Amino acid sequence: MSTGVLEQHGDGPGVAPHVEAMPLAIGGNHSLGSVVDSIGDIATCVKPHPREWYIVFAAGFAMFGMFAVAVTYLLTMGTGIWGINVPTAWGFAIINFVWWIGIGHAGTLISAILLLLHQRWRTSINRFAEAMTIFAVMCAGVFPLLHMGRPWLAYWLFPFPNNFAMWPQFRSPLAWDVFAVSTYFTVSVVFWYVGLIPDFAVLRDSSPTKIQKWIYGMLSMGWRGSAYHWRRYEKVYLILAGISTPLVFSVHSIVSFDFAVSIVPLWHATIFPPFFVIGAIFSGFAMVLVLAIPLRKWYHLEDFITDWHIDCCAKVMLATGMMVSYGYFSEVWMAWYSHSEYEWGTSKQRMFGPYGWSFWCLIFCNFVVPQILWVKKWRMNSIVLFSVSIVALIGMWFERYVIVITLTREYIPAAWGRYAPTIWDWATFIGTFGMFFTFFMLFVRYVPMISMTEIRELLPKKSGGRDGHASAEGPP
Amino acid sequence: MSAPAKGSKLFCLLAEYDNPEALVVAIKRAKEAGYTKLDGYSPYGVAEIADALGFVKSEMATVMLCGGLVGATSAFCMQWYLNAVDYPLNVAGRAVSDPIGWLDSWPSFIPVTFEGGILTCALSGLFGLLAVCGLPRPHHPLFNAPKFEAATRDKFFLTVEANDPKFDLNTTKEFLLGLQPQSVVEVPE
Repeated sequence: MSTGVLEQHGDGPGVAPHVEAMPLAIGGNHSLGSVVDSIGDIATCVKPHPREWYIVFAAGFAMFGMFAVAVTYLLTMGTGIWGINVPTAWGFAIINFVWWIGIGHAGTLISAILLLLHQRWRTSINRFAEAMTIFAVMCAGVFPLLHMGRPWLAYWLFPFPNNFAMWPQFRSPLAWDVFAVSTYFTVSVVFWYVGLIPDFAVLRDSSPTKIQKWIYGMLSMGWRGSAYHWRRYEKVYLILAGISTPLVFSVHSIVSFDFAVSIVPLWHATIFPPFFVIGAIFSGFAMVLVLAIPLRKWYHLEDFITDWHIDCCAKVMLATGMMVSYGYFSEVWMAWYSHSEYEWGTSKQRMFGPYGWSFWCLIFCNFVVPQILWVKKWRMNSIVLFSVSIVALIGMWFERYVIVITLTREYIPAAWGRYAPTIWDWATFIGTFGMFFTFFMLFVRYVPMISMTEIRELLPKKSGGRDGHASAEGPP
Repeated sequence: MSAPAKGSKLFCLLAEYDNPEALVVAIKRAKEAGYTKLDGYSPYGVAEIADALGFVKSEMATVMLCGGLVGATSAFCMQWYLNAVDYPLNVAGRAVSDPIGWLDSWPSFIPVTFEGGILTCALSGLFGLLAVCGLPRPHHPLFNAPKFEAATRDKFFLTVEANDPKFDLNTTKEFLLGLQPQSVVEVPE
């Protein structure tokens, strides 16, 4: 029984030298079966869930309850309970919308762009990062819906034949946004689900109880692992990655058009689309780390989410942090260089005006603090990295805050105003965390949080895998 | 349920292997012997198995390309029809008066056109995959085979279907046993 048959299809008899030099993508000494036991048994509840799961779920569910209260009061009283008013008519709603949707983008980046770039370290973190994307987009979607005041009429956003004979205005970025966000959500769910089909089949075959077998069997669509099906499946998965890549850039570019297509000073800037996309990736990777660091400790997944994975995420955060910082510099530079009185005046207001503290807060969070990540020892320290990630999330929230409260100081002083959120703004915002963590914890409990299929491909050939491993041997 | 009841129809013979290399060799030998209704099963996608079966290129790229083009074209035409023909909306002087002239504002229609294309491309990928693979199919004869559960865990299987013109229970079974499998079982319909 020769194993040499595979040579003609691979890259030649050996493994490319750069693969050997790369660090471990999977630690421990795993076989095809032990991968299933390590990851699948969490989802099938064969392994007990740690105490922390219950704590986070309870806290999340309590905050979700607060969200329900805040929304009920909002629907009863109207959006007047929020701090919004002219000139800042959007306030927290758009800050939180942009913040949450930005967080979602790292999931797509990891699952799609890093797949196309053959980054093997994506494999351990793509599944839960995609789940993060879906839940973050749900949290994001809540805000524009609630801000409408009458969310039950949200279907008016879509073109449908109606007795007013009216249609959406398709030359407005707000109409583009509806299509961008709903497409993004749908495609993220499709991508996530396609990736899950073979894993659901694994759970169908490894679940201990009949009801689990039935549910996972239905979810797996009767997947049986035929070579014909795999070939089609992998093509679909690759193309989905290929289309998700421009999609993720288009979505946050369109979100930035909500601002950039207006004529508000400092908003009407060509840097906005790339600046928004990079900021999204920065905050998204911060959220990935905030989720990955505790998860791998609580569920003992160090073999799959190794230090190398964490290090790669930290490096991406450092790089994108520097890019957003370049954006802050560029904004101020362009304002000064343009010789536009309004651009430069608004810049000075932004830095030294009544909300100047928030600008310096964002510079501290997004530029100063991430510099810590240059030092490998600190990147490797879970507590330091976790804290830097939290700071980056706060910083990116302030970035959107700074952009939105620009509205309090624009062209004529007569139009100037102040903006302050109310307790209901905060309750809604914190409530979406509850929604996020409730869903995320349920996902961790019932769905394999790491792709078993892709991890098994990464195993070395002698363990039955496909040689994604660092110490891989060529065929004998 | 492992051995078929007397008189019941056979679906296939199922040979078990514990690594993909052995399965690929077995498929090649079975092909050489003239069998055509073959399939290989693995816990993750192995390109060489599909290659050995002769299924080198899948049709999914075409399906998704067509889906995407249909979506993008419909999205563009929809915007033009709604904003230029059915209810012309002249905002900020971005258009002129006749419906064809309205195409001057085509750049504003691109974002929704793009999103429409991506959306239908992804949906045609998911539904096309299921349709072409004949899924969902929660009950398949193979699930009756006692060891087939391991196909999603750590085993690799070769099937020779009973409707293969060259299929004969005894000779085919003999032949499969010669391909050094770990076991060969009969799977009832």
